[in-house]
Amino acid sequence: MTWIGKIRRVGRIVEPAPAAPEPTVAPPTGVRGSLQLRHVDAGSCNGCELELAGAFSPVYDAEQYGARLIASPRHADGLIVTGVVTHNMHEPLLNTLAAVPEPRVVIAVGDCACNRGVFATAYGVVGSVADVIDVDVQVPGCPPTPDQIVTALRSVTGK
Amino acid sequence: MSALSIVAAVLQVVVVLVGAPFVVGGMRQVRARLEGRAGGGVGQPWRDLRKQLRKQQVTPRGTTLVFAVAPAIAAGTTLLIAAILPIFALGSPLDSVADLFGVVGLLFLGTVALTLAGLDTGTAFGGMGSSREITIAALVEPTILLAVFALSIPGQSANLSAIVSATLDNPGQVFSLGSVLAFVALVIVIIAETGRLPVDNPSTHLELTMIHEAMVLEYAGPKLALVEWASGMRLTVLLALLANLFLPWGIAGADPSLLAVLIGVVAIAVKVSVLAGLLAAGEVFIAKLRYFRVPELLSGSFLLALLAVTASYFLATPTR
Repeated sequence: MTWIGKIRRVGRIVEPAPAAPEPTVAPPTGVRGSLQLRHVDAGSCNGCELELAGAFSPVYDAEQYGARLIASPRHADGLIVTGVVTHNMHEPLLNTLAAVPEPRVVIAVGDCACNRGVFATAYGVVGSVADVIDVDVQVPGCPPTPDQIVTALRSVTGK
Repeated sequence: MSALSIVAAVLQVVVVLVGAPFVVGGMRQVRARLEGRAGGGVGQPWRDLRKQLRKQQVTPRGTTLVFAVAPAIAAGTTLLIAAILPIFALGSPLDSVADLFGVVGLLFLGTVALTLAGLDTGTAFGGMGSSREITIAALVEPTILLAVFALSIPGQSANLSAIVSATLDNPGQVFSLGSVLAFVALVIVIIAETGRLPVDNPSTHLELTMIHEAMVLEYAGPKLALVEWASGMRLTVLLALLANLFLPWGIAGADPSLLAVLIGVVAIAVKVSVLAGLLAAGEVFIAKLRYFRVPELLSGSFLLALLAVTASYFLATPTR
C-alpha cells in the first residue's frame, strides 16, 4: 500500500500553467493542442536532453499543452533538434527530416543548435541546425530551462 | 427483428467509432493524474486523430498492397465486431451470422493484417514487432475461445446474444466457479490483446521494447490515424464484451424500445468507463513484464480458461 500512500501524499506536482505565449508559427495542420515531435540529438553534450526530459516530466508536463515526444519520425509533426550538427549526424538528420510527413516544424533547442555555441570552431562540426535545414523556432540558452522549452512548444501548439 | 434493432446495431458502430478515442484519452488522463501530472485531457486522442487525418500520406519505398490495406482491414474487422456484439442491445441483425468463434476469428484477422504489414515494410523493427505480436496472438486467441466457451455452456449456445440473455435470466451463474475463472482468464487476455501493461507498454519510446508500436512505426498521416483508431476501438469493444458477459444489466432486449436503447447506451458507457479507469489505475502499479515471461502469464490464463471450461461442464446446473 506504500504506492497508494505515495500517490496520495504527493498529489499534483505539476507547476501552474502561465498565460499562453504569443504564437510563433501556426500549428502545422491547423489543429491546436496536438504536436508530436521526434527528438534528434545532432551532436549535443546531453545538457539540453536533461532539460528536455525535465520539460516532459510531471513538474512541467508539456503533455498538458498537447506536445508529446514519440518514437517514429513518420508519426511526428516535426523535429526537436538539440546540439550542433556534427559530420556524423548530418545525413541522419536530413533523412529523419525527410521521413516526417508535411506539414512539419523544426524546433532548435539550445545555443549549439541555434548558433554553434561553445563548439563554434570545433573540427567535427558542419554548422548550426539552421545552416543545414529550415528552422521554425529557436530556443536559446546553454542549456535552456524547461520553462523556456515549454514556452516554445506552447507557441507552436497554440494552447 | 424490428427496425429499431437495426437502428441500434448501426448506433453501436457509431458509438464505438466516436467513443473509442475518449476511452483511450480517459485512460491516459487517469494515469496522468495518478502520476501527479495535469494530463492532455480526455479529448487529446481526438485532437491527434484530426491532425493525423490532415497530414501528408507517406508510403515507404518498397511496400506493397499489404501495407496499404492493413489499416483498413484492422479497422473494418473491429467495426464488424462492434456491429455483431451485444454492446447495448441484444439481437443485432448480424447476430445470427457470426457467433463467438466468428468474432474471435475477426479479431485475429485484424491482428494478422497488421502483422503482415509490419513484415512488408522490411525494416528490422517491423519484423521484430510482427514476430512478437504473432507469438502473443497465438497464445491469446485460444484462451479467449476457451473462456467464452466456458461461459457458453450454461446458455447452451455459442451465440453471444444467447450467452448474455442466459446470464440475464439466471444472474446467479455470474458467481459460479467456472464464470469467475473465465473472468480472470479473459481479463488477462484482453490486456495482452490490446497491448496494455504488463504485456506491452503503449506509451514506450524504446523500439527494442515495443510490440504493437513496432509494427506500425512506418505508418504516417491518415493511415496512422486509422491504425490508432482501430486499436482504440478494439480496446473499447473488448471491454464492452467483458462488461456484458459478466454484468449484462442495462442492456436492451431483442425487440427494444427507444428508451431501452438509450438506457443501454448509458449503461455501457458507465461500464466501459469504470473498467477502463480500473485498468489504467492498475497499470500505474506495475512494470512491463520481460518478454520471455509473457508466455508464462498467458499460459497461466489459458490454464484458468481450461479449468473454467471443466468447472462449468461438470458443475453446471441445467438451466432449461
